[in-house]
Amino acid sequence: MFRIDFNKLRFLVCDDNPHMRRILRTLLHSFGAREVYESEDGATALEMYSHYVPDIVITDWSMPIFDGLELAQMIRQPDSKGNPYAPIIMLTGHSEKRRVTVARDAGVTEFLAKPISAKGLYQRILNVVANPRPFIKTKTYFGPDRRRNTTNTYIGPERRIGGEVEVLQQPSLLDKARSTV
Amino acid sequence: MAKEKPGAIEVKAFTDHHVITPPNPLRKVLHRVIGKDLDDPVARAEKALAGLSGEFQNWMAIEADRLSAAHATILRNGFTDDCREELFRAAHDIKGDAATFGFPSAAAAAESLCRIIEHAPDLDEVPSNLIAHHINAIQAIVRQRTKLDTVATAGELSRQLRGIADEYLMQANRDRPEHLEAIMAPSIAPVE
Repeated sequence: MFRIDFNKLRFLVCDDNPHMRRILRTLLHSFGAREVYESEDGATALEMYSHYVPDIVITDWSMPIFDGLELAQMIRQPDSKGNPYAPIIMLTGHSEKRRVTVARDAGVTEFLAKPISAKGLYQRILNVVANPRPFIKTKTYFGPDRRRNTTNTYIGPERRIGGEVEVLQQPSLLDKARSTV
Repeated sequence: MAKEKPGAIEVKAFTDHHVITPPNPLRKVLHRVIGKDLDDPVARAEKALAGLSGEFQNWMAIEADRLSAAHATILRNGFTDDCREELFRAAHDIKGDAATFGFPSAAAAAESLCRIIEHAPDLDEVPSNLIAHHINAIQAIVRQRTKLDTVATAGELSRQLRGIADEYLMQANRDRPEHLEAIMAPSIAPVE
């Protein structure tokens, strides 16, 4: 079993809804966090990100002016002066699977669909602390490795070239299905 | 906050990508606990959340009033981009917050309203009663919660609204397969 020293972590919370910010602040303080900075929009959050250098960012998606997705994209600039590697947990009322994919492709580390629970938030924080993923940089993406599955058997069209997956010969799903008939 | 001496960033180059392993400054905050851990941060947080619950009814009333105000603006000005955005954001906040505040049926009705705003091909063509009924239902669920017999009624009301809204959206999007797919896709929101 592992325990996190929350009092050594600095959080940046970004949500335009004051009630949700209060909930998040209460949960994080109860976990033991002392430093929780809050912002009600993405632009202010980006300024605070540069100024306070948080260890973990928790952001809503839907916000006026500059949303959580844009915030993630701005943080994940590989050549920026700031830290492009901080874990980003997206906490959102969006609950469609395609949204998870969009958030993932913007460089979000963890996705947490509302309604929020203490357990759900704790597990996401534990995961970003205990299981950091390497970052991948391609022409079109910079962010945490989007592969959660560590096996090299992925045969989809967007597989990377140059790793072990390139030399694996995998039967197509159709061939697999045929062979079992 | 969680500071340690910056380690080297490890970069492996491949044909079309780089794998970058930055040093993990958060590693120092993680400790293995030997034996039984008597500290339970999740239980502590749930208790703190329960301590806030006295404010939830008031918070929900504020959120519901914001939704009604956004709807009133639309009735006056029509579906301008700003008005639509504010109505969606107000409904979306209730969808996300209401279950945490103890109003899951209000969350369900708000989700149904969000789906209408997101997937209706033309909001001016949506029967005005359909939107008004959603908003009235949310207001009623929030204001009438203290009555003992309202929980089941609230659930039934939300289910019926969702059924009517889905039927409308399926019909209105019959020639828009990408919207039909999104409408029919299951939610990933955790079940209460």
